[in-house]
Amino acid sequence: MMDAISTLFSDYTVRTVALGATLLGITAGALGCFAMLRRQSLLGDAISHAALPGIAIAFLITGSKSPLVLVLGAGLAGWFGTFLITGLTRRTRITHDTALAMLLSVFFGFGLMLLTFIQRRPDANQAGLDSFLFGQAAALMQRDIQVMFGIGCVVLFLMTLFWKEFKLISFDAEAAHTLGLPVRALDHLLTALFVSAIVIGLQTVGVVLMSAMIIAPAAAARQWTDRLWVMMGLAAFFGAVSGVGGVLSSGLVPHLPTGPAIVLFISAIVVFSLLFAPNRGLAFRMMRQWRSGQEFRVDAVLVDMYRLASQHETVDHPHSEQVLNAMSGNARRTLHLLETLGLAQRIDDEHWALTESGTERARGLVEKRWGEGP
Amino acid sequence: MNDIHSDETAIEVRDLTVAYGQQPVLWDVDVSVPKGVLLAVLGPNGAGKTTFIKSILDLVPVAGGSIRIHGRPYRRNRSRVAYVPQRGSVDWDFPTHVLDVVEMGTYGRLGWFRRPGAAEREQALKALAQVEMTAYAHRQISQLSGGQQQRVFLARALVQDAEVYLMDEPFQGVDATTERTIVELLKRLRERGKTVVVVHHDLQTVQEYFDHVLLLNGRRIAAGPVAEVFTEENLRATYGGRVAFLSSLLTQRAP
Repeated sequence: MMDAISTLFSDYTVRTVALGATLLGITAGALGCFAMLRRQSLLGDAISHAALPGIAIAFLITGSKSPLVLVLGAGLAGWFGTFLITGLTRRTRITHDTALAMLLSVFFGFGLMLLTFIQRRPDANQAGLDSFLFGQAAALMQRDIQVMFGIGCVVLFLMTLFWKEFKLISFDAEAAHTLGLPVRALDHLLTALFVSAIVIGLQTVGVVLMSAMIIAPAAAARQWTDRLWVMMGLAAFFGAVSGVGGVLSSGLVPHLPTGPAIVLFISAIVVFSLLFAPNRGLAFRMMRQWRSGQEFRVDAVLVDMYRLASQHETVDHPHSEQVLNAMSGNARRTLHLLETLGLAQRIDDEHWALTESGTERARGLVEKRWGEGP
Repeated sequence: MNDIHSDETAIEVRDLTVAYGQQPVLWDVDVSVPKGVLLAVLGPNGAGKTTFIKSILDLVPVAGGSIRIHGRPYRRNRSRVAYVPQRGSVDWDFPTHVLDVVEMGTYGRLGWFRRPGAAEREQALKALAQVEMTAYAHRQISQLSGGQQQRVFLARALVQDAEVYLMDEPFQGVDATTERTIVELLKRLRERGKTVVVVHHDLQTVQEYFDHVLLLNGRRIAAGPVAEVFTEENLRATYGGRVAFLSSLLTQRAP
C-alpha cells in the first residue's frame, strides 16, 4: 500500500493531479464556510448542477475542450443560475428552496440532454466530457491545473481582501447596510467567488458531488472551533486532505471515479467531527449529560442522608436503604457509587451511613442551596 | 428637561408610506424628532413600529415620502445614524466572540481593506465597559444570555459614535440588570445631546424612561412630549378598546 502510494507520488501526472485536488480542497473548503454561515448550503449544489449545460454549450460553440473555455462556460451558466434563483425568489411567490430545487433539476436535465446530443455526434473530440458528471482526476492535465491554480489564487486573495466585509454581511447584513457597506454588491461578489470555487472543481469532483466539497469541510470545521478564521483554516485543511485522499485512491483503485472517492473521505471527516469534537461533538455532549446526571443523583442522595441524620444525635446515623429509595427513587446504584467515592459506608445489608467527608460535602451542599444548617 | 433640547431637528419624516406587496404598513406618517430627546415608538403588534425604524435606515423599500437626518437624506448622512436591531435578527451561533462583534461597529469608518487594529479594539472595550460587559469581551457569543446579547448590540452601536440611535425593542425579554444598564445608557446619550428612538412595548415605563412618544397604528396617532401626548384618549386611539388598564396607569402619574 505504502509502496503503491510512493510510486504514485513519484509519478509526474499523479503529482499534478494531487496538487490540483489540494488547491480545489483549500478554495472550496474556505469559501464553503461563508456559504454555510449564510445558510446558503444548497446554493452550491444548484450552482454546480447549473454549470453542466454551460460546459456543453461552451463546447458546442467553440468545439474546444480547453479548460479555460469550459470553466468560463460553467461559470457563466452557474452565475446565470444564481441570478435566476434570486430573481425568482424576489419577484414571484416561489420560495427560495423551491427555486433552488427547480433550477437545479431543470439545468441539470438540460445539461444531460446536451451531453447526450454531443456524444451522438460523429466527432471524436467529444470524448471525456461526460467525466464532468462524477469527475475523473486521471483526466486532469497540466493546463487544467494552471487554470485551477490561477482561479483559486484569485478567489482566496479576494476573500482575504474583503475578509471583514464578508464576515459582517454573513453575520448581520442589515447592520452592514447601516454601517455604509454596499451589501448588494458584496453579496454579488461573494456569489461570484462561490461560483468560481465550484467550477474549478467540476472536472475533478463532478457536478453531482461538488457541493460536498463546499459544505462538508465547513460543517466538520465548525465542530472544532468558535473562531471564524480557525474554522476557515480547518475547512481548507480538511478539503485539501480529502481532495488528495480521493485523488490517490481513485488512482490506486481502477475504475473508481474521483468525485465519490473524495466525498467518502470528507464524509468520514464529517462523521468523526460530529461525534468526537470537544464541546459540540455528540460523544462529548452525551458524556457531559451523563456526568451531570450522575452528579445530581449523588448530591441528592447525600443531602437526603444528611437531612435524615440531622434528626438524630449523630450525623453518621445509619439509614435503611428502603427509606432512601422512597426519598430519591432507586438509590441503590448511587449508594454504591457513594461508597466508591468514600462518601458513604455500608453498615450492614440494609443500612448506610455518611462518612466524614460525605457529611462535609452534604453540609456544604445544604448551606449553598438552602442556606440552612442541620 | 426641555432646556437641553435645541431647536434643531434630528429626524424629519414627511408623508412616509410603506407597503409590503398590497398591504400598506405605514400610511402617510409625519414625525419630526427634535435633537437630544429620548423618543419611544409605541403601538400594538403589527402597527409598523419596526418598519418605521427600518424605513428611516433604508432597510425596507419606501413607497412614498421623505426622510431627513439632520437636514440631509439618510444615504448622505449614514455615519451619523447607529442601529440596534432586535437581537433575534442574527444567528448567535456564528463563530465569533463579543469583542469582535463590537468592533464591527467601526467597519464603516475603517473603509476598505483596513483591518481593525489597536485603536478600534480600545474603542470597542470602552463601549463594552459602558454596558458593563467588559468581563465578557472574549466570550463566544452563543454563550450569552438574552440581556447580554442585547448589551453587545448596544456596544456595537456606541462604537459608531453616531448622533442618532435607532433601537428596535432593546428592552424585549431582558433581565432587570440589563434594563437598568440600558436606561442609564439612554440617559447618558441624552446628556451628550444624542437623539435616541426606541421601539418600546412596556407602557408602564414610558413616563419614567422617555421624554417624547410617537404613537403609531399604521398611521400616526400622535407625537410629541410625553406630558402632552401620552394621554388616555391617544392610547385608546392607538390600542383600541383593549386598554382598560390604561386609566389606572395614567392616574398614577397625576402629580
